[in-house]
Amino acid sequence: MYKYDVYDQQIVNERVAQYRDQVQRRLSGELTEDEFRPLRLQNGLYMQIHAYMLRIAVPYGLLSSKQMRMFAHIARKYDRGYGHFTTRQNIQFNWIKLEETPDILADLASVEMHGIQTSGNCIRNITSDEFAGVAPDEIVDPRPYAEILRQWSTFHPEFAYLPRKFKIAISGAAEDRAAIAVHDIGLSAIRNAQGEIGFRVLVGGGTARTPIIGSEICDFVPWQHMLTYIESIMRVYNQYGRRDNMYKSRIKILVKALGIEEFRRQVEADWADIKGGPGTLTVEEVKRVAEYFAPPGYEVSAEKDPALDLFKEQNKAFADWMQRNVRPHKMPGYAAVLLSLKKTGVAPGDVTADQMDRIADMADRYSFGELRATHKQNLVLADVKQSDLVSLWKEASAHGLATPNIGLLTDMICCPGADFCTLAFARSIPLAKMISDRFDRADFLHDIGEIELNMSGCVNACGHNHVGHIGIIGVDKKDGGEWYQVSIGGAQGNQAAIGKILGPSFNFQQMPEVIDRILQVYLRERLEEEPFIDTVRRIGVEPFKEWVYATPIEADDSVDKTNYGFMEKPDHYTVQRKSRL
Amino acid sequence: MIIKDKAVVSDDWTILRLQENETPESASVPAGKVIVPLRMWQAQRSRLQDRSGLGVWLASNERPEDLKGDLDRFDVIAVDFPRFADGRGYSIAYNLRARLGYTGELRAIGDVLRDQLFYMQRVGFDAFAPRPDKNIYDALKGLTDFSETYQTSFDQKLPLFRRVKRDGAAGPANG
Repeated sequence: MYKYDVYDQQIVNERVAQYRDQVQRRLSGELTEDEFRPLRLQNGLYMQIHAYMLRIAVPYGLLSSKQMRMFAHIARKYDRGYGHFTTRQNIQFNWIKLEETPDILADLASVEMHGIQTSGNCIRNITSDEFAGVAPDEIVDPRPYAEILRQWSTFHPEFAYLPRKFKIAISGAAEDRAAIAVHDIGLSAIRNAQGEIGFRVLVGGGTARTPIIGSEICDFVPWQHMLTYIESIMRVYNQYGRRDNMYKSRIKILVKALGIEEFRRQVEADWADIKGGPGTLTVEEVKRVAEYFAPPGYEVSAEKDPALDLFKEQNKAFADWMQRNVRPHKMPGYAAVLLSLKKTGVAPGDVTADQMDRIADMADRYSFGELRATHKQNLVLADVKQSDLVSLWKEASAHGLATPNIGLLTDMICCPGADFCTLAFARSIPLAKMISDRFDRADFLHDIGEIELNMSGCVNACGHNHVGHIGIIGVDKKDGGEWYQVSIGGAQGNQAAIGKILGPSFNFQQMPEVIDRILQVYLRERLEEEPFIDTVRRIGVEPFKEWVYATPIEADDSVDKTNYGFMEKPDHYTVQRKSRL
Repeated sequence: MIIKDKAVVSDDWTILRLQENETPESASVPAGKVIVPLRMWQAQRSRLQDRSGLGVWLASNERPEDLKGDLDRFDVIAVDFPRFADGRGYSIAYNLRARLGYTGELRAIGDVLRDQLFYMQRVGFDAFAPRPDKNIYDALKGLTDFSETYQTSFDQKLPLFRRVKRDGAAGPANG
């Protein structure tokens, strides 16, 4: 993976010093909260219901065992012993004290990490494919370009105060695993007929209030021009994106208002002046960065272990895990392994400090000391020898990280929701827990098979609900209660689509029955081997709608409400929302 | 007092902001060195163009191209930041410098705060009028928060990867 040189390290160290001074000025009253807010946000510090939340950038989801151990240290020293991996491949800590944040950032800088641009109206952390560099269907390894984009976007002076946040995703494989169609800019690294590398560029995709699939602005931008082309997109957006209404300020609204043709014309007019200029990438720079992502020292002779098949036959749990959590690798004898952070009863994406240490150990022992975070809130050991799979499985199981549910109903994407977030209308973590509890039967889950259930506590859609096969979103109702709207038919990847809303919303306790009814329709209607999403595409939303609303849904009184109450609130934090420092 | 060329200096310019009852056509320009709104320059051009000691300022929703051909008529061009979070002024400055070739004083006015100064100087501002309630000497420190930058902008014509020999995966670079 990429390692800082003296310049990278100096820039991050200077950032820590700058931020330390800003916190000092805030604490002394020299800066008002309004003035301080964008400064802390651009370092990843949010104010939530109970405390500050610090979001740390995991560039394109890639991290080392050393960095993971630092997360464990932060969880123990500054938080409550756990962290939360997010839907943007980052990690966040939920119980942070403002006064301690400069020290946390200094600790992070010592392992080449930071919270830069993980929030605020700027270019956010670049996200990518969690199987980059190892996927058999890869065309171009996107990681060097993701790193080049990271550096280019870090403290870009012109684009630090955009109309709204800006998210770039990059993928380089036949199958898009980075959800590029629902990003402000989605880049797909490809090769043209001559074998030259370039990018298909999508712009103006997104979810939230206006879910929309990105439009193709260019079918092939040669790699040399990647930075200047994106600079021109940013400049047009910075000048003309709406600033009068935060709900209409994302680039997708501008692209929609102008139309993709006119937007493209403006971008190309701007680009004409800078194309081929000094911002053009050089062969040397791409080569320099790409060297950091050279394949690790694979054992060429690594063979498939015959004992593996035998063990699989004898052990159903291991076989399930192999089927769900182990993915093919471009190197013979190797595999990519997903550590599930979706054990029933645990908030999706949460990891304890002890688990972090064990995960770091496993990365050192089995995967060249590296890890990846996925946008579906799991972790990947990308370079595991197949002959190590049994021992890795045993270790992962012992630490609660081997739930064989990747891609199944209980592998939900879930935002923090109203338990933590001031924006949310409804809770998502307890709902995820309630749904997991209701359907936590291995045979049933495996029978249902591939299905993506994505959940957000509000319209901001951090849980990617619009592109979930089943999407759940907390909605604002005047009664102040918790209501959820359900959509089906959304998808990420090559056939990205926005889900269609089923109908009127449901309350918290009705939700498990709603999911049950949706699954009943699927089981009734599916053709042999047909995954849920294909059934929805074939028969449409109507049959689901009919069945879900066919009879009134009683709140399930067998549910023990105390199990799903608000998460424990400690005494020393009070809910003061905007009035707190 | 303003910050100019990285130092605190005294300043004898007046920034003219139209009052509610004034129009760009009718408002009068006081004596002395005055920075007028773009709309006023456009409306009263014939009256203003021979005047010495004239500056013009752009609002964040105005276009620098509107000054094309007139740039050398002004001793100073200013860009207004109505709120520090309104980042359009950064692109206005970049376009004025890099596209239109303006070389005179380019001043940031309005909600100008210490923690924005580093970015502002990068896109081409060389003068800053920090908000009057802030300590100007303190604001000056904002210009030196970072000693290196990755990307090209107006102040730095070459990106870091073209300027220096950077380390590769093999270890520290030679030379």
